[in-house]
Amino acid sequence: MEMNEYLEVFIEESKEHIQSLNNHLLVLEKNPSSMEIINEIFRSAHTLKGMSATMGYKDLANLTHKMENVLDAVRNKQLVINSDILDVVLNAVDHLEAMVIDIANGGDGKCNVESLVAKLDLIENGETIVQDKSDSNEMDSSQNYNSSIVNTLDEFEITILQESEEKNYSNLQITIKLREDCLLKAARVYMVFEVLEQIGEVIKSVPTVTALEEEKFEHEFTVLLVTKEKTEHIKKKIMKVSEVDLVTIVSFSVEGIKKQVKQASGQIHQSAENSQLEVASTLEITAENNTSNSKTVINNKTIRVNIDRLDALMNLFEELVIDRGRLEQISDQLKHVELQETVERMTRISGDLQTIILNMRMVPVDQVFNRFPRMVRQLAKDLAKEIRIVVNGADTELDRTVIDEIGDPLVHLIRNAIDHGIESPEVRKKNGKSPEGLLELNAYHSGNHVFIEISDDGAGISKEKVINKAISNGVITSDQASQLSDKQVYQLILESGFSTAETISDVSGRGVGLDVVKNTIESLGGNVSIESELGKGSVFSIQLPLTLSIISVLLVEVEKEKYAIPLSSIIETAIVDKSEILSAHNKKVIDFRGKVVPLISIKEVFDVPRTMEKDEFYSIVIIRKGDKMAGLIVGTFIGQQEVVLKSLGDYLTNVFAISGATILGDGQVALIIDTNSLIK
Amino acid sequence: MTEVNDQEIKAIIFQLKNEEYAISVQQVGSIERMQHITRVPQTSEFVKGVINLRGVVTPIIDLRKRFGIEESEFTDSTRIIIVYIDGLEVGLIVDAAYDVIDIPQSAIEPPPEVIGTVDVDYIEGVAKVDSRLLILLNMKEVLSSKEVKILKSVENS
Repeated sequence: MEMNEYLEVFIEESKEHIQSLNNHLLVLEKNPSSMEIINEIFRSAHTLKGMSATMGYKDLANLTHKMENVLDAVRNKQLVINSDILDVVLNAVDHLEAMVIDIANGGDGKCNVESLVAKLDLIENGETIVQDKSDSNEMDSSQNYNSSIVNTLDEFEITILQESEEKNYSNLQITIKLREDCLLKAARVYMVFEVLEQIGEVIKSVPTVTALEEEKFEHEFTVLLVTKEKTEHIKKKIMKVSEVDLVTIVSFSVEGIKKQVKQASGQIHQSAENSQLEVASTLEITAENNTSNSKTVINNKTIRVNIDRLDALMNLFEELVIDRGRLEQISDQLKHVELQETVERMTRISGDLQTIILNMRMVPVDQVFNRFPRMVRQLAKDLAKEIRIVVNGADTELDRTVIDEIGDPLVHLIRNAIDHGIESPEVRKKNGKSPEGLLELNAYHSGNHVFIEISDDGAGISKEKVINKAISNGVITSDQASQLSDKQVYQLILESGFSTAETISDVSGRGVGLDVVKNTIESLGGNVSIESELGKGSVFSIQLPLTLSIISVLLVEVEKEKYAIPLSSIIETAIVDKSEILSAHNKKVIDFRGKVVPLISIKEVFDVPRTMEKDEFYSIVIIRKGDKMAGLIVGTFIGQQEVVLKSLGDYLTNVFAISGATILGDGQVALIIDTNSLIK
Repeated sequence: MTEVNDQEIKAIIFQLKNEEYAISVQQVGSIERMQHITRVPQTSEFVKGVINLRGVVTPIIDLRKRFGIEESEFTDSTRIIIVYIDGLEVGLIVDAAYDVIDIPQSAIEPPPEVIGTVDVDYIEGVAKVDSRLLILLNMKEVLSSKEVKILKSVENS
């Protein structure tokens, strides 16, 4: 069967399941007796196993299967979950993730899992006596599919059936016969499974799914389905698949199976009839259980779209925006009323469209946040610290382009907080704090920005240490140090060539300091600020723009050239008389609201060809970078505009003080000034 | 050249000063008329700037400057040839582009050792077709990273 088109879906869904495994396992650690969570984990593991077996990734399926066995033991209360077991299981999940990533990168998803499998086996056998029969059973089942499927059920499957029965699902044995002249048997099987999975969960199939995929069966196969649908509906739905000849559906109860096992075979129908009665009597109660169903309904409302398509849509829309600009100009010139009205209407609609498209590209920060609890747990273990992580506002949405970039800086800051911020349990106790450190991740919207805060209740930042270090590392001089405000002092730890860790640990402080964080965030048009109180903790706050693809700029003209300055970095604009410009050590400065602000001439920085006479007045744009300010001397202000940010292409990379380009309404390209690189 | 057609290479012929050059058609995306070029400051001399090529910001190189030929005014016949190489999309300003011809593989000779001031590394070979002498360019070298490096060193200074 052609698998490629399913591969993408497989990878996406596997990632989701692995993430959900990670999340739930962590919750489980805190709450080891919660059946609900164990079931949730079980479900993810089970789906993952099924999917990987279908796709033919044996190692993946094998490892998941072993994991499932351990989880099953936990579920049946044969095993009590503890940190050690969880470590092994989490380790297994890591391997699963590595395999899935390998598959995503075009690999074959093979990985040596023997040692892990052995460990899982140990756990499983160490405290429980789960028979290995389940494995051999499954192997054999492909051969003896002629006998009743019920006989081949292993303990675990029976447990599932039992449980589903308790939850008022009905257990159905469905035998599907394909037409004798059916050519693409595997494809039909796939379609049937597709149908079945929509209405319930397939517990078992005879022959096995793999055998079915490889067409190793005659014309008939049997599956066990757990569902709430009515039998006749299921039958009708399966019959919709072409080339299906016959569908027989028998429902049965676990009780029946147990009897069945005793009596060998032959009397399925008897017990089936019994259970049918049971089903009928339980039907009335099913309404209560609808909560679990509503989840699937929500899932059905979303579709997966390749991100490339969204990008393409965005590009096309940008084109439209440019043309819209031209249309507006033309209609203004023509002053034709009807045309103007139409253009206005179009502008409004395309504005709405723009919002929708932008929203489509928004993803919750959860995508980045969700891996942190795992990381924090590991780090805390490595450093022998006790840390609780609290995540707030994980549903805050950010543009995908921003999400892709902020992962690493956040990891860096969290590592920093855990390593340098939160003290060891002994020290904490000595200082009268609870031994468990608190790491808080907050995300929220404010205006056109998204804020992400990483706060800890650790030692805080020692101002003196920072200053001493900065002086000894030559970041500042001692004269400068005395004049710095608290905030400025904290900012020093973001400077390059600075690292306060006294012992270099594996976790952070390998020389590549927090300046990497600062640079990355600033290149995204955001900034980092730090607040701290000695002994109480620190807060690292990151401010990020909502989107990177459309920005508000101030268009200015310098001689004959047009430049765009991002509004986010502008404080205000001013027009000053030539006489107001002062000179300080050969540098032009102005007195701006009581502050001395250095001036930068765009004309000189960009070597703009001189065409016009010198003016008596200077147009100045006051820009800022953190707490620093500068004035840009430009020619004239054109106005504020929303523009679509475009890159200069791969050929011109890292052009000084230019962060990109945009296309103006008249079709010309205007360069966007990177104000951050103009201020040192 | 990338394709090894056993007999012929289809090439676009363009003119710089008095000489004729050839690029494989497979590398050419389109040929544009001269249009407004936005200067990009602090890049190397031969980078003229960027244009809006149907919504894509495309860098433009002045081939005359790249090859060390003296500048001339742009005329009605001046063209921008858009080339695609290794994912790079770059426009080249040439004096004129007017012909597509098939060059027999056999007519291509390695570049002559003595070719004056022009660096030899971006010349793939010379072909004599009828009475015309065509210079085959290795576009990768023309846009080579060496130049990009020079660009960067300029920026950082």
